[in-house]
Amino acid sequence: MPHPNVLILRAPGTNCDQETGYAFDLAGGNSSFVHINQLIESPGIIRDYQILCLPGGFSYGDDIAAGRILASQMQSRLADVLSEFHAAGKLILGICNGFQILIKSGFLLPSDDEGLPATLTWNDSGRFIDCWVNLKTDNERCVFLQNIEQMYLPIAHAEGKFVPRNEQVLNHLKTNHQLALSYCLADGSDDEVAYPHNPNGSTANVAGVCDTTGRIFGLMPHPERFIDPTHHPRWTREGNSAAGDGLALFQNAINFFND
Amino acid sequence: MVDVVTNTTISSDESQATQANETTTLWQVDIFPVAGQPNRLSAEVLDNAKDLRVDESLEVIGAHGFLIQGPLTHQHLTRLTAELLVEPVVERCEFARVGSDSLSQPIGELTNLLHVLPLPGVTDPQAESALMAMRHLGFPVDVVRTFKKFWTSALSETHQNLLQSKILCNDSIEMIVVGKLELDELQLGQTYEFSKRDIPLADLSDEALMKISQDWTLSLSLIEMHTIRDHFESLGRAPTDIELESIAQTWSEHCSHKTLAGRISYRDENGERQFENMLKETIFSATMQIRSDLGENDWCVSVFKDNAGIVEFDDSYNIAFKVETHNRPSALEPYGGANTGIGGVIRDTLGTGLGAKPICNTDVFCFASPDTPYEELPPGVMHPRRIMKGVVSGVRDYGNRMGIPTVNGAVFFDERYVGNPLVFCGNVGLIPKEKSFKEVQPNDLIVSIGGKTGRDGIHGATFSSAELTESSDITSGGAVQIGNAITEKMLMDVLLIARDRELYSSVTDCGAGGYSSAVGEMGEELGAEVWLDRVPLKYDGLSYTEIWISEAQERMVFAIPESNWEQFEALCASESVDATVIGQFKPTGQLVLKFGDEVVGDVSMSMLHDGRPPIIREATYQPVESSDLPSFDFKTTEQWTTDLCKILASPNVASKHWIIRQYDHEVQGGSVIKPLVGVQNDGPGDAAVVRPILDSRRGLAVSCGMNPLYGDLDTYHMATSAIDEAIRNCVSVGADPTRIAILDNFCWGYTDRPETLGSLVRAAIACHDLSVVMQTPFISGKDSLHNEFSYTNDEGNRQTISIPSTLLISAMGQVPDVANCVTMDLKKAGNALFQIGVTGDHLGGSHWTLVNQISGGKVPTVLPERAKQTFIHLHDAIQKGLVRSCHDMSEGGLAVAVAEMAFAGGLGAQINTDAVGIEILPSEPESEIDLSYATAALLFAESNTRFVVEIEPENIDQFKTAMGDIDVQQLGMVISEPQLTIHVAHNTIIQSDLMTLKNAWLGTLDWK
Repeated sequence: MPHPNVLILRAPGTNCDQETGYAFDLAGGNSSFVHINQLIESPGIIRDYQILCLPGGFSYGDDIAAGRILASQMQSRLADVLSEFHAAGKLILGICNGFQILIKSGFLLPSDDEGLPATLTWNDSGRFIDCWVNLKTDNERCVFLQNIEQMYLPIAHAEGKFVPRNEQVLNHLKTNHQLALSYCLADGSDDEVAYPHNPNGSTANVAGVCDTTGRIFGLMPHPERFIDPTHHPRWTREGNSAAGDGLALFQNAINFFND
Repeated sequence: MVDVVTNTTISSDESQATQANETTTLWQVDIFPVAGQPNRLSAEVLDNAKDLRVDESLEVIGAHGFLIQGPLTHQHLTRLTAELLVEPVVERCEFARVGSDSLSQPIGELTNLLHVLPLPGVTDPQAESALMAMRHLGFPVDVVRTFKKFWTSALSETHQNLLQSKILCNDSIEMIVVGKLELDELQLGQTYEFSKRDIPLADLSDEALMKISQDWTLSLSLIEMHTIRDHFESLGRAPTDIELESIAQTWSEHCSHKTLAGRISYRDENGERQFENMLKETIFSATMQIRSDLGENDWCVSVFKDNAGIVEFDDSYNIAFKVETHNRPSALEPYGGANTGIGGVIRDTLGTGLGAKPICNTDVFCFASPDTPYEELPPGVMHPRRIMKGVVSGVRDYGNRMGIPTVNGAVFFDERYVGNPLVFCGNVGLIPKEKSFKEVQPNDLIVSIGGKTGRDGIHGATFSSAELTESSDITSGGAVQIGNAITEKMLMDVLLIARDRELYSSVTDCGAGGYSSAVGEMGEELGAEVWLDRVPLKYDGLSYTEIWISEAQERMVFAIPESNWEQFEALCASESVDATVIGQFKPTGQLVLKFGDEVVGDVSMSMLHDGRPPIIREATYQPVESSDLPSFDFKTTEQWTTDLCKILASPNVASKHWIIRQYDHEVQGGSVIKPLVGVQNDGPGDAAVVRPILDSRRGLAVSCGMNPLYGDLDTYHMATSAIDEAIRNCVSVGADPTRIAILDNFCWGYTDRPETLGSLVRAAIACHDLSVVMQTPFISGKDSLHNEFSYTNDEGNRQTISIPSTLLISAMGQVPDVANCVTMDLKKAGNALFQIGVTGDHLGGSHWTLVNQISGGKVPTVLPERAKQTFIHLHDAIQKGLVRSCHDMSEGGLAVAVAEMAFAGGLGAQINTDAVGIEILPSEPESEIDLSYATAALLFAESNTRFVVEIEPENIDQFKTAMGDIDVQQLGMVISEPQLTIHVAHNTIIQSDLMTLKNAWLGTLDWK
């Protein structure tokens, strides 16, 4: 499969769709943009795709809570077709607002007897913030992070603080290698990762989470905003790298179908 | 208060609304953070209470919530809250029927209960989304509204009032209910009974005519009222209300720029000059001159005629740029004012040509000092800190939701902005070359898409042309609005698809004046017929006139060939965007307005657009008497260094990271140079650069220049300095000086005063003069006049505060290949530092005089030809890769520029100014310059066209060659020790570690 098909889902308020599609294409994919109305009307079209991506933005204005309304639409209208998509061994990626949607719809971390095991909520600062962060991976399970140890990427969100229901949930996710991405210091260490290194106050510095198969992955940072060397905030002083750190993540997704 | 809610229209959606019946219930859902999670609402209130010095023992618990009306059971609510409204891990809720005691129980000692609700009719985006989502999930919901709720500790009456009126609630958009919320239902609207209204003017006295103009907020002058009266007399009938309103909107200052585009008789020290159309003969004519000079190399595409100016970008695309002001709404409701300001300017570029795709925003603000003591505020004025917080949040929430990076900005503080804060919002759009022009065709349908129409913002256009007073916040509520960014984002998505499918022949935005202006402008050449009863409404009860002039947000008007309507409608439906045919362009030359079968208005387009009587205004300019600065003893190193720290900490210079980090400046994936740069990503970049086309290396730079303090000395030099600064900033990062387009925004005081208008005309003449020599075209502009605030002081005297004359120049530059971009942070120890350009005796209006609280001195000037050559040569050096860092010198001069470069790069600098010297131009009056002043000037003068650049030692010769005849002097070196040292004539003037300098710069606006 030389060019896996990528469905970039659009909804009212989605706004990172174009550059995310561009990143997938640069990595060797073939992206199409599909509006949520179209997918709800003909859910079967998803079968033509290998990768589903929920890009960043403010779906439905993030009114009520970030990603909440689109999450509830997907739960009520698309649950079956998405389960089928996932069961077929395909990939789902949620970036920023997409991560919020995946968490709140329960697709990423399914509800148990006590409800959803975790959520993403308001940054400790109470404000939107755009800054760059150092990240380290636990790539034992996550397909998207294979061969990636550390990354430097921008975040841009108001509601990115990861909060698990309790310690048990957190430990379980950690042991199970589902806490795939976390904020760290520039040298990769994760002792005392305070603001702004952990920009939102996430529990255990969590920046991204994968499901038990490693094929559904959600993250708050924006890999599509670092695919070109000139995206780096210090390229004029540190020189150009060959490519941005974020590109590898998209290449991993594409290579999953090519290997 | 509660009665207002029960008796007034809230919202309706005919498609699913159920009639109120006995099963209809109004539920209230209160949502709290669970224990252990921060309460953001409480924290915000406490933060603001601290600013206002409300009782230190104040305790607050906040909740947000929804009022939900419909035939809903308790079981419905249990599901609704669990499935949609409450985030279980971090929130909990309580719900009950509105008015239930269970919702108003005191929490511990906190007995004081307050509810804050949006006023009926005010846009409530959260409620709209929630209603839609509830219906999607199948719940029978009719109406939703949001509210906030606070329990506080008991307060004295004074503090309670302060809390209610200054912290919790802005009564231009919100209302407060003390105690339990008691209402029966959120009503769905009231029926409108049509009746056509004639306004006889024939026999009215001048007083009566002016009374009509004032009572209706028409802002029409007596001569204009006479013209209207005579016009309808000649037709043998009285005008209808809607005709009068249409004329007032079209003739308003806001829509027609009647002052600046009018006849002006101008007099200054050089003599008299008569203008038929002042803007046309100064700024426009400069651009026409440049276009003709350039001949076949003319790169302007469409200037001063569409909603934004358009210039060429590359082989496939042009770029459009517009900057608007939204001052008056922002004074009354900062969040909504800024919100709808940015929303409006985005629609301007969307409505340029056949539609440009917005690619970046710029936002510039002017406020009084955030540290202004409350006691010193004039009555009726909101505290500048609250205005600033509101404005920043308004821009943030709209720009970020639109997915448009906000990449450039500036904030200027001066006490004279206390009653009239200025909010400039700009947007750049990318447009395919072949989509740059539009033309309405006969019989095209008039189609409105996007938001519905309500009573929002009625009389915004005419209100924005009037002076603010202390009672403006009471009388002009209708002109204040809240935006809904997602409605506009959806509109933008379909507009760009429809454009590429070639479904329409013209488009424009609905801004000031609403449909009245939009349809009036589009139909100017042809004529139009509008069917007002077909306009979709937010709620019933609007009269035909209200529909016509409402400034409800997020609407655009299209001209669509009948054969394309079906396809257009289907496209809109597929993206959940409302589209409605509201009329047709007909080649009659008339504007015909109908409600049902009744003709309610029938005015000729020529009366609307050409019927306004010419007004001749007097403008005089009296040069400000120049004065020398007071003499002072030579300062110690410590004192000079303190001066530097004070300037770095002064709010105009201080870091704006608190604002910048709240804006998404990287969305769309084209960020090249960010607003903050350097080793810790926190130095002040000169201009941002983006790559709007992801597979191209061509970049776009956006920057600005503004120097209101120079205007106090001479508005001519203020204008040239602002142009020089805007271009300087652009060139600093690598933009090609021969491809920079600029925009003007004049914000002035009361221009009916000849001397105030004179100072503006003088600035416009300066714009013309410099633009022509630099070959830098103005492509668009906007003015905002009468920015004065009147009130009665404690002694009973009438006081007026005029803003300083403020000219914002925004520049849009082009970078041939972003790989050659340069940032301002020092890069490597051992590199040489050079000053480009000449320092003059220019301390007048400088920040050095500002922090030392002295006045006098000479205002910076620009030598046009020298400036042009400097920019060209510097660009050449940058293109050759010879410049490692480059920073323009502006506020605070050399010392501030070098300090910023050093702490941004985390590297020290050793500077000696012996080679630099001070130049006195033949045109400038000679004055004694002793060593004290020479030192101050070398370090802190704000002479134009100067840069500091960092050059690798092996490139010095090449750099000097590239700079040709331009004055270039070595200043010193970059060093690894984190120290800044500046020597002048063997004296150590500045000596400081970088941390001290950086902390001074970071600390001032480092808000929580």
